[in-house]
Amino acid sequence: MEDDAPVIYGLEFQARALTPQTAETDAIRFLVGTQSLKYDNQIHIIDFDDENNIISKNVLLHQVGEIWHISASPADRGVLATCYNNTSDSKVLTCAAVWRMPKELEPGSHESPDDSSSTAHTLELLCHLDNTAHGSMACVAWEPTGDGKKVISLADNHILLWDLQESSSQAVLASSASLEGKGQLKFTSGRWSPHHNCTQVATANDTAVRGWDTRSMSQIYCIENAHGQLVRDLDFNPNKQYYLASCGDDCKVKFWDTRNVTEPVKTLEEHSHWVWSVRYNHSHDQLVLTGSSDSRVILSNMVSISSEPFGHLVDDDDLSDQEERRPEEKSQEPPQDSVIATYEEHEDSVYAVDWSSADPWLFASLSYDGRLVINRVPRALKYHILL
Amino acid sequence: MAAAAAGPGPGSGPGDSPEGPEAEAPERRRKAHGMLKLYYGLSEGEAAGRPAGPDPLDPTDLNGAHFDPEVYLDKLRRECPLAQLMDSETDMVRQIRALDSDMQTLVYENYNKFISATDTIRKMKNDFRKMEDEMDRLATNMAVITDFSARISATLQDRHERITKLAGVHALLRKLQFLFELPSRLTKCVELGAYGQAVRYQGRARAVLQQYQHLPSFRAIQDDCQVITARLAQQLRQRFREGGSGAPEQAECVELLLALGEPAEELCEEFLAHARGRLEEELRSLEAELGPSPPAPDVLEFTDRGGSGFVGGLCQVAAAYQELFAAQGPAGAERLAAFARELGGRYFALVERRLAQEQGGGDNSLLVRALDRFHRRLRAPGALLAAAGLAEAATEIVERVARERLGHHLQGLRAAFLGCLTDVRQALAAPRLAGKEGPGLAELLANVASSILSHIKASLAAVHLFTAKEVSFSNKPYFRGEFCSQGVREGLIVGFIRSMCQTAQSFCDSPGEKGGATPPALLLLLSRLCLDYETATISYVLTLTDEQFLVQDQSPVTPVSTLCAEARETARRLLTHYVKVQGLVISQMLRKSVETRDWLSTLEPRNVRAVMKRVVEDTTAIDVQVGLLYEEGVRKAQSSDSSKRTFSVYSSSRQQGRYAPSYTPSAPMDTNLLSNIQKLFSERIDVFSPVEFNKVSVLTGIIKISLKTLLECVRLRTFGRFGLQQVQVDCHFLQLYLWRFVADEELVHLLLDEVVASAALRCPDPVPMEPSVVEVICERG
Repeated sequence: MEDDAPVIYGLEFQARALTPQTAETDAIRFLVGTQSLKYDNQIHIIDFDDENNIISKNVLLHQVGEIWHISASPADRGVLATCYNNTSDSKVLTCAAVWRMPKELEPGSHESPDDSSSTAHTLELLCHLDNTAHGSMACVAWEPTGDGKKVISLADNHILLWDLQESSSQAVLASSASLEGKGQLKFTSGRWSPHHNCTQVATANDTAVRGWDTRSMSQIYCIENAHGQLVRDLDFNPNKQYYLASCGDDCKVKFWDTRNVTEPVKTLEEHSHWVWSVRYNHSHDQLVLTGSSDSRVILSNMVSISSEPFGHLVDDDDLSDQEERRPEEKSQEPPQDSVIATYEEHEDSVYAVDWSSADPWLFASLSYDGRLVINRVPRALKYHILL
Repeated sequence: MAAAAAGPGPGSGPGDSPEGPEAEAPERRRKAHGMLKLYYGLSEGEAAGRPAGPDPLDPTDLNGAHFDPEVYLDKLRRECPLAQLMDSETDMVRQIRALDSDMQTLVYENYNKFISATDTIRKMKNDFRKMEDEMDRLATNMAVITDFSARISATLQDRHERITKLAGVHALLRKLQFLFELPSRLTKCVELGAYGQAVRYQGRARAVLQQYQHLPSFRAIQDDCQVITARLAQQLRQRFREGGSGAPEQAECVELLLALGEPAEELCEEFLAHARGRLEEELRSLEAELGPSPPAPDVLEFTDRGGSGFVGGLCQVAAAYQELFAAQGPAGAERLAAFARELGGRYFALVERRLAQEQGGGDNSLLVRALDRFHRRLRAPGALLAAAGLAEAATEIVERVARERLGHHLQGLRAAFLGCLTDVRQALAAPRLAGKEGPGLAELLANVASSILSHIKASLAAVHLFTAKEVSFSNKPYFRGEFCSQGVREGLIVGFIRSMCQTAQSFCDSPGEKGGATPPALLLLLSRLCLDYETATISYVLTLTDEQFLVQDQSPVTPVSTLCAEARETARRLLTHYVKVQGLVISQMLRKSVETRDWLSTLEPRNVRAVMKRVVEDTTAIDVQVGLLYEEGVRKAQSSDSSKRTFSVYSSSRQQGRYAPSYTPSAPMDTNLLSNIQKLFSERIDVFSPVEFNKVSVLTGIIKISLKTLLECVRLRTFGRFGLQQVQVDCHFLQLYLWRFVADEELVHLLLDEVVASAALRCPDPVPMEPSVVEVICERG
């Protein structure tokens, strides 16, 4: 069974920020933010036509600065938040803001890709997340299942919870907490847990991973020395509420049970350089995607610690010979954790990977040179998981 | 005949030949012999004693059998002159005369003898006649004597019978007397303590008494006897029970009691019970020696004492028992076996406890000697009591001890290895404290290797004692086969090498990721040690083992190649880990230097930043360190002016090399395109790739990690114009000094190019510094 070839899309600028359009569940759509110090930065809206294997794009201008982080509202398809560099007076400050896309670019409008490249649209600023008192913003995370009114942002050593009011046009700092300690503490990354009624957030700073309760803004747990070096990214298992994946500069991906933080549940060491991004598949949490500055993207099958540890046992007659054999083998021996595929389409460091919010078998990865690659889970595995 | 032979000698005097009798006599005598022989028909051959004279068939030989006078005469006449003829004639005549006189003498002599013989015979005839008469007379006299004798015996017959009867009665009376006296005698014997005598008397009388017990008088005697016997038996038992006396006396008691007809079963029980008491006493004394107090006698003394006391006693008991109760049959033997098993078991338990105390100690030879004694001692009762299985149990104990010993040695080796590591750690830490040169890495490595090897050899030698020929258990199948192959080779040597590899590998997995509790030099040293093991030491040690312990066991053993592969893998992991650790150290320096600086408001570069110098210094130090233990390795052939190569990115001449400028200030598209094209042609750099066992590869790994870190850090920052220029200067400086360490210097160029290109991208106002200025600054720095 042949797998479809990866689809590659090139941006003109360096890029680090990638997100699926979280609220969109029909079309496969990714948002990419560029990094350029000299030109107007852009947000590319990448639409992927799965049937025809065609990419179409729309470009939004993001004139305030280069984009370091981007995240889309889970409730409103047209709303997104960015963290961007504001360079002034030989000082760099990373700010965050919430934006709305122009109406015509929201799904439903069928504008031809050719036109959009020539006429770049501009984002409509909804509000700034005022961080003048708190320092550079590292990332913005939306409340995963709410109405898109709550946002967490990480600024240096502060964790800030914002209430977006009046259709997001005003951001009110609801509560905040800060990390105290020796030296300059700086958050590098944060994720909002979809479990526990969305009251938990996990953050990474240096080698530690911390959990926070958003109601009291107090620390719940702390994994000291989660990684040998800097922790770059983390993600929650969407189906197992205490499971958390983290990755970092020690080339490792670790899986944690937050109830027992002394030892990782599992450790992967497949990359040969820093791992910058780790993502669980939204539906099938055995599929874990990692991107690294060794220019590789690795898709792993972590069956043993997934919510479906034994897969599905089936007796389907429609399967081809080869397919019939696989489930039998599976039923005999417990499934093994394994690397499903290593994707080597990138030639520069991969700083972001993410799954599509619409198609659980599809993911995108973005490397620094502006190359976006869209790949699919191998079909054999897909059928194996589904059937 | 004798006369005839002797005759001619002295009797030939008158007819002597003129030549003299001395010469003539033997010759003639022989001639006469010849004649006589001829006469008696003796063949010529039998007269062979004669010297090979003239041919006997010669017809001309006067003395020959075939003498022909005519031929002879003819010959004489023909051959001889007249004078000689005359002479021979005279001679002949004289000879004939001599012969005649000889003959006459013989005839006379023989005639006289014959006459005297006839006389003698006649006289004998007369004598015999007389003797015959006397014999006749003797015969008649004898007949008379016989007659008389018969008559006398007939007369005495009656009286003789009476005497015989009287003698019988006498004997009977004596027996009776004995019987009547028996009680008193027995009493006396018992009083005197002559139990043996008493039992013999009793034994003699018993059957008779038994037979005649229906007679009242005998019955009384029997009753008396029984009473006394009972007393005797009681006394014997008393003595038997008192026990104080030794085993032989007891055996005697039992023997007597048996003779008294005491029930054997009961005796046998009692005997064993007594023996048990004694042996238990021995065991108790042994146990007391075991006691909790440490100054117990050494194990050799202990087994000696146990051997002579307990095992000797057991042997005596068993021998006595088998002698005494042979009649008991298999049931008795079984009882003895059970007895021996039980006590033997307790003895073994004691011995094992003692041996367990010995496990901690180091002296194998003493232990082996003790085991040898122990095993040897138990062979005697083992042979005596095959059913009790003592010898097997003893062998088992010895085997168990040997196994434990192996385990102990393995532990010892491990501890020695860990000790070596601790020493190395201290040695590595020491120079830093003292501030002076410590022993070099190579020296440390040699120390560690030799110390471990000597420990291995010492262990082998110690364990080898178990298989020495003079040790009694060395020819047991376990010690010939399994002990050598599974125990020593697999368990001890292979086990140790494996555990060494594991220990070494654990340094890679240790949570020392953070700062590295393990000093990098130790990793390097261990890596080299494992590699040395892979190349030589393992095969040497295993060959040594196989030679010392001629392995006869066929069970599969770990091949050398597997172990070597394991050692190599360990070495590789250690070295890779070393690269990671060292790379991390330099990375951290670079990262801190990039992250903590305000690149936007930095001043125009005047110097290379100190951290870069530090990086170069550290790299040089690592180079020296690795160079102590690893070979140089190969580099790619380089262009001749590699050291003077200017940074292509900002060189004014814009050389179109492979690493063409990846940055052009005015065209971002070009930048992408160029860098992409450049990457198309260059191999992907695997940053944390496995390293090879040479210095260049190690250094390449470390530098790759460091520069990649620099690149990633630079990409996270925003640079001002002077910030960019500072990066430019720093990179040029690194380029100047780092190329010499790596296998492929293009790698350094490529990575540094990328760093500068990235910094340029991260700069809103990219105005590069003139290459010449960069060079000047670097040279000055």
